[in-house]
Amino acid sequence: MHLDHGHTHHGAISADARRPDGTRRALRVGLGGPVGSGKTATVAALCRALRDTLSLAVVTNDIYTREDAEFLLREAVLPPERIRAVETGACPHTAIRDDISANLEAVEELEDAVGPLDLILVESGGDNLTATFSRGLVDAQVFVIDVAGGDDIPRKGGPGVTTADLLVVNKTDLAPYVGSDLGRMARDAAEQRGELPVVFTSLRSEEGVGPVAAWVGERLAAWTAAPAPTA
Amino acid sequence: MTRSALLVLADGRFPAGGHAHSGGAEAAVKAGRVRDAASLEAFCRGRLHTAGLTAAGLAAGAALGLDLHELDAAADARTPSPALRAAARRLGRQLMRAARATWPGPGLDALAAAFPRGAHQPVVLGVTARAAGLGPEDAAHCAAYEAVGGPATATVRLLGLDPYRATAVLARLAPEMDEVAARATAAAREGVDALPAASAPLLDITAEQHAAWPVRLFAS
Repeated sequence: MHLDHGHTHHGAISADARRPDGTRRALRVGLGGPVGSGKTATVAALCRALRDTLSLAVVTNDIYTREDAEFLLREAVLPPERIRAVETGACPHTAIRDDISANLEAVEELEDAVGPLDLILVESGGDNLTATFSRGLVDAQVFVIDVAGGDDIPRKGGPGVTTADLLVVNKTDLAPYVGSDLGRMARDAAEQRGELPVVFTSLRSEEGVGPVAAWVGERLAAWTAAPAPTA
Repeated sequence: MTRSALLVLADGRFPAGGHAHSGGAEAAVKAGRVRDAASLEAFCRGRLHTAGLTAAGLAAGAALGLDLHELDAAADARTPSPALRAAARRLGRQLMRAARATWPGPGLDALAAAFPRGAHQPVVLGVTARAAGLGPEDAAHCAAYEAVGGPATATVRLLGLDPYRATAVLARLAPEMDEVAARATAAAREGVDALPAASAPLLDITAEQHAAWPVRLFAS
Protein backbone atom coordinates (compact mmCIF):
# COMPACT_ATOMS: atom_id res chain seq x y z
CA MET A 1 0.00 0.00 0.00
CA HIS A 2 1.33 3.37 -1.00
CA LEU A 3 1.96 5.67 1.92
CA ASP A 4 3.65 8.91 1.11
CA HIS A 5 4.62 10.67 4.30
CA GLY A 6 5.47 13.75 2.28
CA HIS A 7 1.91 14.89 1.84
CA THR A 8 -0.63 15.99 4.40
CA HIS A 9 -2.94 13.33 5.73
CA HIS A 10 -6.61 13.92 6.27
CA GLY A 11 -7.89 10.52 7.22
CA ALA A 12 -5.79 7.41 7.29
CA ILE A 13 -5.45 5.29 4.22
CA SER A 14 -5.99 1.58 4.53
CA ALA A 15 -3.89 -0.21 7.12
CA ASP A 16 -1.98 2.75 8.58
CA ALA A 17 -1.21 1.86 12.18
CA ARG A 18 -1.94 5.36 13.38
CA ARG A 19 -4.90 7.70 13.26
CA PRO A 20 -4.79 11.15 11.66
CA ASP A 21 -3.89 12.70 15.02
CA GLY A 22 -0.86 10.41 15.31
CA THR A 23 -2.22 8.10 17.99
CA ARG A 24 -2.25 4.35 17.53
CA ARG A 25 -5.51 3.00 16.19
CA ALA A 26 -7.37 0.00 17.57
CA LEU A 27 -6.35 -3.55 16.71
CA ARG A 28 -8.72 -4.88 14.04
CA VAL A 29 -9.61 -8.56 14.08
CA GLY A 30 -11.71 -10.09 11.30
CA LEU A 31 -14.03 -13.05 11.85
CA GLY A 32 -15.08 -15.01 8.79
CA GLY A 33 -16.47 -18.42 7.95
CA PRO A 34 -19.38 -20.27 6.40
CA VAL A 35 -23.03 -19.45 7.09
CA GLY A 36 -24.25 -20.72 10.44
CA SER A 37 -20.88 -21.67 11.90
CA GLY A 38 -21.32 -19.31 14.84
CA LYS A 39 -19.50 -16.12 13.87
CA THR A 40 -22.07 -13.79 15.42
CA ALA A 41 -22.34 -15.96 18.53
CA THR A 42 -18.54 -15.87 18.82
CA VAL A 43 -18.52 -12.08 18.45
CA ALA A 44 -21.24 -11.78 21.10
CA ALA A 45 -19.36 -14.06 23.49
CA LEU A 46 -16.09 -12.18 22.89
CA CYS A 47 -17.80 -8.90 23.65
CA ARG A 48 -19.16 -10.27 26.92
CA ALA A 49 -15.75 -11.69 27.85
CA LEU A 50 -13.71 -8.59 26.98
CA ARG A 51 -15.95 -5.55 27.42
CA ASP A 52 -15.12 -5.01 31.09
CA THR A 53 -11.39 -4.76 30.46
CA LEU A 54 -11.20 -3.34 26.93
CA SER A 55 -12.79 -0.55 24.92
CA LEU A 56 -14.27 -2.36 21.94
CA ALA A 57 -16.58 -2.04 18.95
CA VAL A 58 -18.01 -4.28 16.24
CA VAL A 59 -18.58 -3.93 12.50
CA THR A 60 -20.96 -6.44 10.89
CA ASN A 61 -21.17 -7.25 7.18
CA ASP A 62 -24.61 -8.71 6.73
CA ILE A 63 -25.49 -10.16 3.37
CA TYR A 64 -28.98 -8.80 2.98
CA THR A 65 -30.25 -7.53 6.32
CA ARG A 66 -29.09 -5.86 9.47
CA GLU A 67 -29.84 -9.08 11.29
CA ASP A 68 -26.38 -9.74 12.72
CA ALA A 69 -26.11 -6.18 13.97
CA GLU A 70 -29.61 -6.45 15.41
CA PHE A 71 -28.80 -9.73 17.14
CA LEU A 72 -25.85 -8.05 18.86
CA LEU A 73 -28.06 -5.10 19.81
CA ARG A 74 -30.81 -7.36 21.12
CA GLU A 75 -28.31 -9.33 23.15
CA ALA A 76 -27.05 -5.99 24.44
CA VAL A 77 -23.45 -7.16 24.26
CA LEU A 78 -22.35 -3.58 23.57
CA PRO A 79 -24.05 -0.17 23.57
CA PRO A 80 -25.65 0.51 20.15
CA GLU A 81 -23.20 3.26 19.24
CA ARG A 82 -20.40 0.67 19.29
CA ILE A 83 -21.99 -1.51 16.59
CA ARG A 84 -22.06 -0.64 12.88
CA ALA A 85 -23.50 -2.58 9.95
CA VAL A 86 -21.89 -2.39 6.50
CA GLU A 87 -24.04 -3.21 3.47
CA THR A 88 -22.31 -5.47 1.00
CA GLY A 89 -24.33 -5.48 -2.24
CA ALA A 90 -24.86 -9.25 -2.27
CA CYS A 91 -21.11 -9.88 -2.13
CA PRO A 92 -19.78 -10.13 1.44
CA HIS A 93 -16.33 -11.26 0.35
CA THR A 94 -15.97 -8.20 -1.89
CA ALA A 95 -16.54 -5.89 1.06
CA ILE A 96 -13.90 -7.56 3.22
CA ARG A 97 -11.29 -8.32 0.57
CA ASP A 98 -11.53 -6.65 -2.85
CA ASP A 99 -13.11 -3.30 -2.03
CA ILE A 100 -12.65 -2.61 1.66
CA SER A 101 -13.62 1.06 1.51
CA ALA A 102 -16.98 0.75 3.29
CA ASN A 103 -15.46 -1.29 6.10
CA LEU A 104 -12.58 1.16 6.51
CA GLU A 105 -15.13 3.96 6.73
CA ALA A 106 -16.98 2.03 9.44
CA VAL A 107 -13.94 1.27 11.60
CA GLU A 108 -12.69 4.84 11.39
CA GLU A 109 -16.12 6.28 12.16
CA LEU A 110 -16.32 4.06 15.21
CA GLU A 111 -12.94 5.27 16.45
CA ASP A 112 -14.00 8.87 15.87
CA ALA A 113 -17.38 8.43 17.53
CA VAL A 114 -16.66 6.25 20.56
CA GLY A 115 -12.85 6.04 20.67
CA PRO A 116 -10.25 5.61 21.82
CA LEU A 117 -10.76 1.91 21.18
CA ASP A 118 -8.50 -1.02 21.96
CA LEU A 119 -10.15 -3.53 19.67
CA ILE A 120 -12.56 -3.60 16.72
CA LEU A 121 -14.09 -6.91 15.67
CA VAL A 122 -15.03 -7.01 11.98
CA GLU A 123 -17.50 -9.80 11.29
CA SER A 124 -17.89 -11.02 7.73
CA GLY A 125 -21.23 -12.05 6.33
CA GLY A 126 -21.54 -15.82 6.11
CA ASP A 127 -19.75 -16.81 2.95
CA ASN A 128 -17.74 -19.70 1.62
CA LEU A 129 -14.46 -21.39 2.37
CA THR A 130 -12.47 -19.04 0.13
CA ALA A 131 -13.49 -15.80 1.86
CA THR A 132 -10.61 -14.08 3.63
CA PHE A 133 -10.03 -10.53 4.85
CA SER A 134 -7.73 -8.03 3.19
CA ARG A 135 -4.59 -7.18 5.18
CA GLY A 136 -5.52 -3.59 4.38
CA LEU A 137 -8.57 -3.95 6.61
CA VAL A 138 -7.65 -6.24 9.51
CA ASP A 139 -4.49 -7.02 11.44
CA ALA A 140 -5.46 -10.61 12.18
CA GLN A 141 -8.26 -12.91 11.14
CA VAL A 142 -10.21 -15.72 12.72
CA PHE A 143 -11.96 -18.35 10.60
CA VAL A 144 -14.92 -20.02 12.29
CA ILE A 145 -16.16 -23.43 11.13
CA ASP A 146 -18.29 -25.91 13.03
CA VAL A 147 -18.32 -29.64 13.54
CA ALA A 148 -21.84 -29.98 12.11
CA GLY A 149 -20.78 -28.50 8.76
CA GLY A 150 -18.86 -31.69 8.07
CA ASP A 151 -15.69 -33.01 9.67
CA ASP A 152 -13.97 -33.05 6.26
CA ILE A 153 -13.78 -29.23 6.05
CA PRO A 154 -10.29 -28.98 7.61
CA ARG A 155 -9.04 -31.65 5.19
CA LYS A 156 -10.50 -29.78 2.21
CA GLY A 157 -8.58 -26.67 3.23
CA GLY A 158 -9.12 -23.46 1.25
CA PRO A 159 -7.78 -20.00 2.06
CA GLY A 160 -9.87 -19.53 5.21
CA VAL A 161 -8.95 -22.83 6.85
CA THR A 162 -5.35 -22.74 5.64
CA THR A 163 -4.27 -19.14 6.19
CA ALA A 164 -6.43 -17.63 8.97
CA ASP A 165 -4.39 -16.56 11.99
CA LEU A 166 -6.73 -18.60 14.19
CA LEU A 167 -9.02 -21.45 13.16
CA VAL A 168 -12.00 -21.96 15.46
CA VAL A 169 -13.87 -25.26 15.29
CA ASN A 170 -17.17 -24.44 16.96
CA LYS A 171 -20.12 -26.45 18.30
CA THR A 172 -18.02 -29.31 19.67
CA ASP A 173 -21.03 -30.22 21.85
CA LEU A 174 -22.78 -31.38 18.65
CA ALA A 175 -20.01 -33.76 17.57
CA PRO A 176 -21.59 -36.94 19.01
CA TYR A 177 -24.94 -36.17 17.37
CA VAL A 178 -23.61 -35.51 13.87
CA GLY A 179 -20.93 -38.17 13.89
CA SER A 180 -18.02 -35.75 13.56
CA ASP A 181 -14.57 -36.97 14.57
CA LEU A 182 -12.88 -34.13 16.51
CA GLY A 183 -9.54 -35.94 16.53
CA ARG A 184 -9.59 -36.23 12.78
CA MET A 185 -10.53 -32.56 12.42
CA ALA A 186 -7.62 -31.57 14.66
CA ARG A 187 -5.14 -33.73 12.71
CA ASP A 188 -6.37 -32.48 9.33
CA ALA A 189 -6.26 -28.86 10.52
CA ALA A 190 -2.72 -29.27 11.81
CA GLU A 191 -1.68 -30.73 8.47
CA GLN A 192 -3.20 -27.82 6.54
CA ARG A 193 -2.03 -25.10 8.90
CA GLY A 194 1.38 -26.08 10.20
CA GLU A 195 2.21 -23.87 13.17
CA LEU A 196 -0.95 -21.75 12.98
CA PRO A 197 -3.23 -22.28 15.99
CA VAL A 198 -6.56 -24.13 16.11
CA VAL A 199 -9.03 -24.02 19.00
CA PHE A 200 -12.17 -26.05 19.64
CA THR A 201 -15.12 -24.27 21.21
CA SER A 202 -18.63 -24.83 22.41
CA LEU A 203 -20.45 -21.62 23.16
CA ARG A 204 -23.16 -23.39 25.14
CA SER A 205 -21.16 -22.83 28.29
CA GLU A 206 -20.26 -19.50 29.86
CA GLU A 207 -16.50 -19.94 29.41
CA GLY A 208 -16.82 -21.51 25.95
CA VAL A 209 -15.22 -18.61 24.11
CA GLY A 210 -12.24 -18.58 26.50
CA PRO A 211 -9.62 -19.92 24.05
CA VAL A 212 -10.58 -17.32 21.44
CA ALA A 213 -10.59 -14.52 24.00
CA ALA A 214 -7.13 -15.61 25.19
CA TRP A 215 -5.80 -15.56 21.63
CA VAL A 216 -7.26 -12.08 21.04
CA GLY A 217 -5.62 -10.96 24.27
CA GLU A 218 -2.23 -12.17 23.02
CA ARG A 219 -2.65 -10.37 19.70
CA LEU A 220 -3.63 -7.19 21.49
CA ALA A 221 -0.61 -7.41 23.79
CA ALA A 222 1.65 -7.80 20.74
CA TRP A 223 -0.07 -4.88 19.01
CA THR A 224 0.34 -2.48 21.93
CA ALA A 225 3.91 -3.66 22.62
CA ALA A 226 5.03 -2.93 19.05
CA PRO A 227 7.13 0.25 18.68
CA ALA A 228 4.98 3.38 18.58
CA PRO A 229 4.26 4.30 14.96
CA THR A 230 6.05 7.37 13.72
CA ALA A 231 3.98 10.38 12.85
CA MET B 1 -4.24 12.38 -21.17
CA THR B 2 -3.40 8.78 -20.54
CA ARG B 3 -5.96 6.36 -21.90
CA SER B 4 -4.84 3.58 -19.56
CA ALA B 5 -5.45 5.75 -16.48
CA LEU B 6 -9.01 6.16 -17.73
CA LEU B 7 -9.37 2.37 -17.85
CA VAL B 8 -8.08 2.06 -14.28
CA LEU B 9 -10.53 4.68 -13.01
CA ALA B 10 -13.53 3.34 -14.94
CA ASP B 11 -12.88 -0.30 -14.04
CA GLY B 12 -15.72 -1.77 -12.01
CA ARG B 13 -13.08 -3.32 -9.77
CA PHE B 14 -11.72 0.08 -8.76
CA PRO B 15 -12.18 -0.22 -4.98
CA ALA B 16 -14.39 2.77 -4.30
CA GLY B 17 -17.50 1.16 -2.88
CA GLY B 18 -19.75 1.11 -5.95
CA HIS B 19 -20.32 -2.65 -5.75
CA ALA B 20 -22.71 -2.24 -2.81
CA HIS B 21 -25.02 0.17 -4.68
CA SER B 22 -27.60 -0.67 -7.34
CA GLY B 23 -28.37 2.85 -8.59
CA GLY B 24 -32.05 2.32 -7.91
CA ALA B 25 -32.18 -1.03 -9.69
CA GLU B 26 -33.06 -3.01 -6.56
CA ALA B 27 -36.20 -0.96 -5.98
CA ALA B 28 -37.10 -1.15 -9.69
CA VAL B 29 -36.65 -4.93 -9.72
CA LYS B 30 -38.83 -5.31 -6.63
CA ALA B 31 -41.55 -3.16 -8.21
CA GLY B 32 -41.42 -5.26 -11.37
CA ARG B 33 -40.30 -2.38 -13.56
CA VAL B 34 -37.01 -4.10 -14.34
CA ARG B 35 -37.54 -7.78 -15.13
CA ASP B 36 -35.47 -8.58 -18.24
CA ALA B 37 -32.84 -7.13 -20.58
CA ALA B 38 -35.31 -4.88 -22.40
CA SER B 39 -36.65 -3.28 -19.22
CA LEU B 40 -33.11 -2.99 -17.84
CA GLU B 41 -32.18 -1.07 -20.98
CA ALA B 42 -35.12 1.28 -20.56
CA PHE B 43 -34.22 1.83 -16.91
CA CYS B 44 -30.57 2.50 -17.71
CA ARG B 45 -31.45 4.85 -20.57
CA GLY B 46 -33.67 6.86 -18.25
CA ARG B 47 -31.03 7.03 -15.57
CA LEU B 48 -28.28 7.94 -18.04
CA HIS B 49 -30.15 10.94 -19.44
CA THR B 50 -31.22 12.25 -16.02
CA ALA B 51 -29.09 11.45 -12.96
CA GLY B 52 -26.25 10.33 -15.26
CA LEU B 53 -26.17 13.60 -17.21
CA THR B 54 -26.24 15.63 -14.01
CA ALA B 55 -23.44 13.60 -12.45
CA ALA B 56 -21.39 13.83 -15.64
CA GLY B 57 -21.68 17.62 -15.62
CA LEU B 58 -20.51 17.84 -12.01
CA ALA B 59 -17.60 15.48 -12.71
CA ALA B 60 -16.55 17.44 -15.79
CA GLY B 61 -16.76 20.68 -13.82
CA ALA B 62 -14.54 19.34 -11.06
CA ALA B 63 -12.04 18.03 -13.60
CA LEU B 64 -11.99 21.47 -15.24
CA GLY B 65 -11.08 23.04 -11.92
CA LEU B 66 -14.37 24.85 -11.13
CA ASP B 67 -14.87 25.90 -7.52
CA LEU B 68 -15.38 22.74 -5.47
CA HIS B 69 -17.65 24.27 -2.85
CA GLU B 70 -19.89 25.67 -5.55
CA LEU B 71 -19.93 22.32 -7.30
CA ASP B 72 -20.75 20.45 -4.12
CA ALA B 73 -23.57 22.89 -3.34
CA ALA B 74 -24.81 22.44 -6.91
CA ALA B 75 -24.80 18.67 -6.37
CA ASP B 76 -26.80 19.08 -3.16
CA ALA B 77 -29.33 21.27 -4.95
CA ARG B 78 -29.68 18.64 -7.67
CA THR B 79 -30.22 15.75 -5.24
CA PRO B 80 -33.60 16.19 -3.52
CA SER B 81 -33.58 12.76 -1.82
CA PRO B 82 -31.81 12.82 1.57
CA ALA B 83 -31.01 9.12 1.17
CA LEU B 84 -29.29 9.77 -2.16
CA ARG B 85 -27.43 12.79 -0.77
CA ALA B 86 -26.11 10.61 2.05
CA ALA B 87 -25.18 7.84 -0.39
CA ALA B 88 -23.42 10.31 -2.70
CA ARG B 89 -21.31 11.73 0.14
CA ARG B 90 -20.50 8.30 1.49
CA LEU B 91 -19.42 7.11 -1.96
CA GLY B 92 -17.49 10.35 -2.34
CA ARG B 93 -15.54 9.55 0.83
CA GLN B 94 -14.90 6.02 -0.33
CA LEU B 95 -13.71 7.19 -3.75
CA MET B 96 -11.51 9.83 -2.11
CA ARG B 97 -9.79 7.14 -0.07
CA ALA B 98 -9.13 4.97 -3.11
CA ALA B 99 -8.08 7.93 -5.22
CA ARG B 100 -5.60 9.30 -2.67
CA ALA B 101 -3.93 5.92 -2.44
CA THR B 102 -3.90 5.50 -6.22
CA TRP B 103 -2.98 8.99 -7.48
CA PRO B 104 -1.63 10.85 -4.44
CA GLY B 105 -1.23 14.58 -4.87
CA PRO B 106 -2.11 18.04 -3.59
CA GLY B 107 -5.45 18.29 -5.45
CA LEU B 108 -6.98 15.32 -3.67
CA ASP B 109 -5.38 16.30 -0.36
CA ALA B 110 -6.99 19.72 -0.62
CA LEU B 111 -10.35 18.15 -1.40
CA ALA B 112 -10.07 15.82 1.60
CA ALA B 113 -9.16 18.76 3.84
CA ALA B 114 -12.05 20.88 2.56
CA PHE B 115 -14.63 18.07 2.85
CA PRO B 116 -13.68 15.81 5.78
CA ARG B 117 -17.21 14.30 5.75
CA GLY B 118 -17.00 13.72 2.02
CA ALA B 119 -18.00 15.64 -1.08
CA HIS B 120 -20.57 14.38 -3.59
CA GLN B 121 -19.16 11.42 -5.50
CA PRO B 122 -19.20 13.06 -8.98
CA VAL B 123 -17.21 16.02 -7.60
CA VAL B 124 -14.62 13.65 -6.15
CA LEU B 125 -14.63 11.74 -9.43
CA GLY B 126 -13.73 14.89 -11.34
CA VAL B 127 -10.90 15.80 -8.98
CA THR B 128 -9.67 12.22 -9.20
CA ALA B 129 -9.68 12.33 -12.99
CA ARG B 130 -7.61 15.51 -12.83
CA ALA B 131 -5.15 13.85 -10.41
CA ALA B 132 -4.86 10.93 -12.81
CA GLY B 133 -3.94 13.24 -15.66
CA LEU B 134 -7.35 12.93 -17.29
CA GLY B 135 -9.57 15.63 -18.73
CA PRO B 136 -13.19 16.74 -18.18
CA GLU B 137 -14.49 14.55 -21.02
CA ASP B 138 -12.92 11.52 -19.34
CA ALA B 139 -14.50 12.37 -16.00
CA ALA B 140 -17.87 12.83 -17.69
CA HIS B 141 -17.50 9.48 -19.47
CA CYS B 142 -16.75 7.75 -16.15
CA ALA B 143 -19.83 9.29 -14.53
CA ALA B 144 -22.04 8.35 -17.48
CA TYR B 145 -20.74 4.81 -17.51
CA GLU B 146 -21.19 4.43 -13.74
CA ALA B 147 -24.78 5.64 -14.09
CA VAL B 148 -25.63 2.53 -16.11
CA GLY B 149 -22.91 0.05 -15.18
CA GLY B 150 -23.98 -0.12 -11.53
CA PRO B 151 -27.65 -0.96 -12.25
CA ALA B 152 -26.66 -3.51 -14.90
CA THR B 153 -24.33 -5.42 -12.54
CA ALA B 154 -26.88 -5.24 -9.73
CA THR B 155 -29.60 -6.62 -11.98
CA VAL B 156 -27.43 -9.58 -12.91
CA ARG B 157 -27.21 -10.38 -9.20
CA LEU B 158 -30.83 -9.61 -8.35
CA LEU B 159 -32.57 -11.36 -11.23
CA GLY B 160 -29.96 -13.88 -12.28
CA LEU B 161 -30.18 -12.02 -15.60
CA ASP B 162 -27.95 -13.46 -18.31
CA PRO B 163 -24.72 -11.47 -17.91
CA TYR B 164 -24.12 -11.42 -21.67
CA ARG B 165 -27.46 -9.75 -22.26
CA ALA B 166 -26.80 -7.24 -19.48
CA THR B 167 -23.44 -6.36 -20.98
CA ALA B 168 -25.02 -6.06 -24.42
CA VAL B 169 -27.37 -3.46 -22.92
CA LEU B 170 -24.35 -1.40 -21.90
CA ALA B 171 -22.82 -1.75 -25.35
CA ARG B 172 -26.04 -0.60 -27.01
CA LEU B 173 -26.08 2.46 -24.75
CA ALA B 174 -22.48 3.39 -25.61
CA PRO B 175 -23.33 6.01 -28.27
CA GLU B 176 -25.75 7.67 -25.86
CA MET B 177 -23.13 7.65 -23.11
CA ASP B 178 -20.78 9.48 -25.49
CA GLU B 179 -23.49 11.99 -26.26
CA VAL B 180 -24.27 12.57 -22.56
CA ALA B 181 -20.59 12.99 -21.75
CA ALA B 182 -20.19 15.53 -24.56
CA ARG B 183 -23.25 17.53 -23.48
CA ALA B 184 -22.13 17.49 -19.85
CA THR B 185 -18.63 18.63 -20.70
CA ALA B 186 -19.86 21.43 -22.95
CA ALA B 187 -22.14 22.68 -20.19
CA ALA B 188 -19.37 22.51 -17.57
CA ARG B 189 -17.19 24.73 -19.75
CA GLU B 190 -19.87 27.42 -19.34
CA GLY B 191 -19.52 27.35 -15.55
CA VAL B 192 -21.36 25.98 -12.51
CA ASP B 193 -24.61 27.80 -13.29
CA ALA B 194 -24.83 26.10 -16.68
CA LEU B 195 -24.51 22.56 -15.32
CA PRO B 196 -27.31 20.14 -16.23
CA ALA B 197 -30.01 19.68 -13.58
CA ALA B 198 -31.92 16.75 -15.02
CA SER B 199 -33.53 14.48 -12.48
CA ALA B 200 -35.67 11.35 -12.30
CA PRO B 201 -38.36 11.88 -9.65
CA LEU B 202 -39.22 8.18 -9.48
CA LEU B 203 -35.59 7.33 -8.68
CA ASP B 204 -35.69 9.90 -5.88
CA ILE B 205 -38.95 8.55 -4.48
CA THR B 206 -37.96 4.90 -4.64
CA ALA B 207 -34.54 5.71 -3.14
CA GLU B 208 -36.31 7.07 -0.07
CA GLN B 209 -38.51 3.98 0.15
CA HIS B 210 -35.58 1.62 -0.42
CA ALA B 211 -33.59 3.25 2.37
CA ALA B 212 -36.34 2.19 4.79
CA TRP B 213 -36.53 -1.45 3.70
CA PRO B 214 -35.55 -3.80 6.53
CA VAL B 215 -34.24 -6.44 4.10
CA ARG B 216 -32.23 -5.45 1.04
CA LEU B 217 -29.12 -6.52 -0.82
CA PHE B 218 -27.83 -3.11 -1.85
CA ALA B 219 -27.12 0.07 0.09
CA SER B 220 -28.99 2.19 -2.49
